[in-house]
Amino acid sequence: MSADSRTWPAEGLARVPYWVYQDERIYAREQERLFRGATWNFLGLEAELPNAGDFKTTFVGDMPVVVARDETGALNCFENRCAHRGALLCLKDRGSASEIACVYHNWTYDLRGNLTGVAFRRGIRGQGGMPDDAQPESQAPRKLRVTAFCGLVFATLSEETPPFERYVGAEVAARIRRVMKEPVRVLGGYSQILPSNWKLYFENVKDTYHASLLHLFFSTFRLNRLEQKGGVIVGGDGGSHVSFTMMKSDAGGDEYERAGMRSVSGGYRLEAPQMLESVDEFGDGITLQILTVFPGFVLQQIMNSLAVRQVLPKGPGRTELVWTAFGYASDDDRMTERRLKQANLVGPSGYISLEDGAATGFVQRGVQGAAAHASVVEMGGRSVESNESRVTETSVRGLWQQYRRHMDL
Amino acid sequence: MDVELQLAIENLLARYAHALDDDRLEEWPEFFAENGRYRITTAENLERGLPLAIIYADSRAMLRDRVSALRHANIYESQRYRHTVSAVLVERVDARTVKATSSFQVVRVMRTGESTLFASGRCLDRIRMDASGALFEERIVVLDSRAVDTLLAIPI
Repeated sequence: MSADSRTWPAEGLARVPYWVYQDERIYAREQERLFRGATWNFLGLEAELPNAGDFKTTFVGDMPVVVARDETGALNCFENRCAHRGALLCLKDRGSASEIACVYHNWTYDLRGNLTGVAFRRGIRGQGGMPDDAQPESQAPRKLRVTAFCGLVFATLSEETPPFERYVGAEVAARIRRVMKEPVRVLGGYSQILPSNWKLYFENVKDTYHASLLHLFFSTFRLNRLEQKGGVIVGGDGGSHVSFTMMKSDAGGDEYERAGMRSVSGGYRLEAPQMLESVDEFGDGITLQILTVFPGFVLQQIMNSLAVRQVLPKGPGRTELVWTAFGYASDDDRMTERRLKQANLVGPSGYISLEDGAATGFVQRGVQGAAAHASVVEMGGRSVESNESRVTETSVRGLWQQYRRHMDL
Repeated sequence: MDVELQLAIENLLARYAHALDDDRLEEWPEFFAENGRYRITTAENLERGLPLAIIYADSRAMLRDRVSALRHANIYESQRYRHTVSAVLVERVDARTVKATSSFQVVRVMRTGESTLFASGRCLDRIRMDASGALFEERIVVLDSRAVDTLLAIPI
């Protein structure tokens, strides 16, 4: 069966067919049309590459790329593939260099991805070497367009991709500026390997409905109960979003208790609640802001825990989630300590995130025999719009709106 | 080599591993001093001098909160660990303080029957020895890999 023979359910955005998480051909089409198409793919923080010569390796979809700051200070991104035989050019996670040499046959490249040297191109003592009309540059690693928005670095292979701010929409851009308000300092990182399709994780991040139902830690300590003040903003073409919560505005409702929800258990208290002591560093009372940029970027402010997450597909049933936590260059030791303590909330051991890795895997396993069935996405209606309620799946539908346009599904 | 000290430290590490593997998580904070520090980080963060941890606690109370969240709040598929602890190096710092470095491997056994090598790494310990026994003042668990499969719920 080809990807073209897949038909989206007639209900439209209110249904997500399960084949979309399973089909190898869909996966291949995503690589071509989304990740290598007209989208902005997150590469990392500018703060990871502060100096000329700094480079890192990462991925755009499953295509390996090098990100490098050249001697002029400009950021470049190019395929991590040698023009010669296609070997990985750069085998380090990160480092600093003036040029990059392929280990296989020592072909060399500058930090803009230009082929600068072919070993023994003219042979040795008149013997061997390449024909004079050889054009190894014709297979050079592709260069991506790079944009740095408030210290966040994105790349695209397409000339069609709109400027970043228009791509995410003004409201999402404003919420990026809110968090990336000043120079940042990287505090560290790690990866989480998720046993699920990348879209299940990206939906999960956008799904404000699940937050206080799956994550009991949140609810019990009233960090994010749905009756608290907040909202969801859907941006750009639908696939980018912001959700936010204003914690201190807890209305003190008892909707959860009355509904007998599992996510509220009485009498559970922290012995060391100092971990949650936070400061309103943005001065707007927003204690939690989760922001996504289609197709695979997450910016997180959970109290004073700040992080970016890069969602990397690794086949239809496997995803790598790369976390990088940061603070501001201006932070004092107390602030850094606060951020490190609150990092307990997130990551593979996060009090409010460890369930996500498992839950997306439960879907991947649960739908194994159900490619022709679909999930029901009707909380908050069937359309895509910004909403004051978080008992909604509007931003999940937004993801599928943009996804279907790119994929022509 | 101080054989008695070596045995005492190896005994501590063995008791710690068995408590976790036997699901006696409530005993886990008791291996630490009242203001004991516990961190799980990655070799990469350590080498780059970056302070971020996957789990970070600086008191027994924070460790008890972790256990209580695992028991009452966090949702994860039932699983067990099997720790193998080896290559224990012991170095006395002063009359009551010992530094230890050890290697570990953790096999994770899921309810589905799947057993995998979940983590490997080393523990960098600072241990207080007094009349009442040996307690961790600091235990830094350094994961060799920067990647964690699915989630890391039960401590290492």
